Amino acid sequence: MLTKPELSPESERARDVCSRHGNRPDELIEILHELQDELGYVPESVIPVIAKTINLSRAEVHGVVTFYHDFRREPAGRHVVKICRAESCQSMAGEALCSHAKASLKAGFGETTADGAVTLEAVYCLGNCALSPAMMVDGQLHGRVDARRFDEIMSETLSEAAQ
Amino acid sequence: MTRVFVPDDAAALSMGADKVASALKAEADKRNLNIEIIRNGSRGLLYLEPLVEVETSAGRVAYGPVAVKDAASLFEADFLNGGKHRLGHGLTEEIDYLKKQERLTFARCGIIDPLSVAEYKAHGGFAGLAAALKKSGADICKDVTESGLRGRGGAGFPTGIKWKTVHDARADQKYVCCNADEGDSGTFADRMLMEGDPFTLIEGMTIAGIATGATQGYVYIRSEYPHAIAKMKQAIAVLLAAGFLGDNIQGSGKSFALAVRTGAGAYICGEETSMLESLEGKRGMVRPKPPIPALEGLFGKPTVINNVLSFAAVPDILSHGAEFYRNYGMGRSRGTLPFQLAGNIRQGGLVEKAFGITLRQLLEDFGGGTFSGRPARAIQVGGPLGSYVPASQFDMAMDYETFAANGAMVGHGGIVVFDDTVDMARQARFAMEFCAIESCGKCTPCRIGAVRGVEVIDRIIAGVERDKNLIVLDDLCQTMTEGSLCAMGGLTPMPVQSAVKHFPEDFDRPPVAKAAE
Repeated sequence: MLTKPELSPESERARDVCSRHGNRPDELIEILHELQDELGYVPESVIPVIAKTINLSRAEVHGVVTFYHDFRREPAGRHVVKICRAESCQSMAGEALCSHAKASLKAGFGETTADGAVTLEAVYCLGNCALSPAMMVDGQLHGRVDARRFDEIMSETLSEAAQ
Repeated sequence: MTRVFVPDDAAALSMGADKVASALKAEADKRNLNIEIIRNGSRGLLYLEPLVEVETSAGRVAYGPVAVKDAASLFEADFLNGGKHRLGHGLTEEIDYLKKQERLTFARCGIIDPLSVAEYKAHGGFAGLAAALKKSGADICKDVTESGLRGRGGAGFPTGIKWKTVHDARADQKYVCCNADEGDSGTFADRMLMEGDPFTLIEGMTIAGIATGATQGYVYIRSEYPHAIAKMKQAIAVLLAAGFLGDNIQGSGKSFALAVRTGAGAYICGEETSMLESLEGKRGMVRPKPPIPALEGLFGKPTVINNVLSFAAVPDILSHGAEFYRNYGMGRSRGTLPFQLAGNIRQGGLVEKAFGITLRQLLEDFGGGTFSGRPARAIQVGGPLGSYVPASQFDMAMDYETFAANGAMVGHGGIVVFDDTVDMARQARFAMEFCAIESCGKCTPCRIGAVRGVEVIDRIIAGVERDKNLIVLDDLCQTMTEGSLCAMGGLTPMPVQSAVKHFPEDFDRPPVAKAAE
C-alpha cells in the first residue's frame, strides 16, 4: 500500500469542504462557515491547506478569516450565547442584561466559562428589535430577555445538555 | 379540519412560537379535534407574538400573545370557532394596528404559507413576472423609473435609473445582487419578508434579471439571520422545481439562477461595494467609486444591487402599473415604506404606510407610547448612522426630503425609541465606538477618526476641557463626513452631532470620577 504524506484530520476536512464548493476562491466565506460548523472553529493549521486548494495566497485566506467577526480562531464553549448590544436593545436596559450575564457566567464578552460550557459573545443586532433585549443561544433567538429570563434560558440550555 | 396559524418568523420563535404550536397540537389531539397547524410568517404585530390565528367562516380570528399555558383555556373558550378569550383580538384584519396600514410589499406576509406556490399565486403572486415577460427590458426599466421607486436600503437612489444603466451596459455576463445584510439596529423588515413571503423577493429579483439581461443573482444575507437563510434556500428550491427560476422560466426562453450567500458578521458588508468584495470571497473592504457597480460590479461585471424591499416592491409595480405605485407617498418620496417600530415602545412591529406619516403618529397611534411608560425623549431614525430626533421634532413628516432638510435621514425606516432615562452622551460615544469596531479600515477618517471620537467624547463626559473638546469633536466629525470613502465613516457623525445639538445638557454634566471604562 502506498503511503501518502499524513494530513491532519482537520486538513482532510478542509480539503473536503473546499472540494464540495468546487475549489472556488469566491466561495471562501462559505467554505469557512462550513468548516467552522464542522470543527467549531477555524484552526490555524487549515489556512495553508485552504489557500493551496483554492489557489489563493495564505495571506489572502488569513486576511478573510481575521476580517469577519464570525470566524473563531479557537474552539468555543459547548454553548454560544450572543447578546445584542446595539441601540434598540440599549433602549430596553440591554446593558443591564449584559452586566448580569457577565456576572452570572463569570466570563466577559469573547470569553468562555472556566468549565468550557458557555462562550459569551457580543452581537450588534439580531433583527428582533421590536422585542428587545434580544439574545441568541446556539442559534435559537430569544426576545424580551431580562435577568430572570436569562437565568431560565441558561438553566434550560445547560440541563438539556446534561441529559 | 380547522386551520390554525402559528408563525415561524424568528421574532415569533423568540417568544416561544414552536412550543405554542406543539402545545396546541397536543391539546387538540387530547380532545380528538382535527386541526391543521400552518406555520405562516408574521403579520408584523410583533408585540402580540406568538399571534395565533384561527380560520373561521367570518375570517381569521387572532389571539395573542399566546403562551404554552394558554393552550387549554383557548380550547375551553372554543377558539376554533372564534370564541371569546382574554387574549382574543377579534378578526385580524379589523385590528386597528393592521387596518390603518397601507400594505403593498407586505400584503401577503403573515397571510400565506410562505413556501406554497399555489397560495402565493392565489394572492396575486407572479402577476408582476407574467407582465414583465411580455415586455422588453427597456420598458420594464421605464415602468420602474416612472413608479418613483427609490432604493429602500437607505440612500434612496432611483431604482429604475440604476436598472437602466445596467440594461444599457454591454457585457457577456451581468449580475443581480440583493443586499440582505440588514445590520442596522431597529430594522427587521427584510428579515420578516424573507421569512414570511420569500417568493416576492425572488420574483422582484427575477424581474430585475429579465429587465437588465442578468442571468445570475445572489442574495447576500447576514449570518445573524439563520431562519431567513434557511427559508430563502427552501424558497429557491421550491421555485426551481416549479419552473419559476432556472432555465427557460415558464417557457419564456428567459433564464435566471439564484443563490444565497451568507455574511460573516461584518456590519460594513451592508455597504454595496463591500458586499461585492464579500460575495467574491474577500475581505469586505469598501471600493472607491467610480466605477459604479452598475457598470463594474460583481467580478467586474455590470451589477444591479438593491435592498430586499426595493426588489420586493417591483412585482406590484409591474402588475398594477407605475401609476398605481406613484399614487402613494408625498413629494419625491413615492410609494410606501415599511416602518419598523423598535426599542422602548409598547407596540413594536412593522407598519407599512405611504411616505408622509409623522414620527408622532408612528410612536403614539401605532406604537402606543413607550414600553416603560415614561416620556419619549429621542428617536433614532434610520439605524446606527441616523440622527437622534428630539421630541420637539416628532411631528416631522417621514419623507426623504423633509428629513434631509432637518439634518436627519429616513434610511431603511427603522425607528428606535428611547425614554427620558437615556444618556445621550453615552449614545454619541456608542456611535463612535460602533464605527471603530465595524470600520473596514480602508480610509483614515473612518478608521482613525472613530477611535479618536471615542476618546474625545470620553474627555467631554469626564469634564476635561469640555468646550475645547466639543470644538475638536465638531472638527473631527466634519473630517469624517467629508473625507470618508463610504457612509460608515461619512454618516457616523450624524448620530453624534444630532445628540450634541439637540441634547447639549447631556454633554454638560458635572464631571464624574471615573469616566472612561
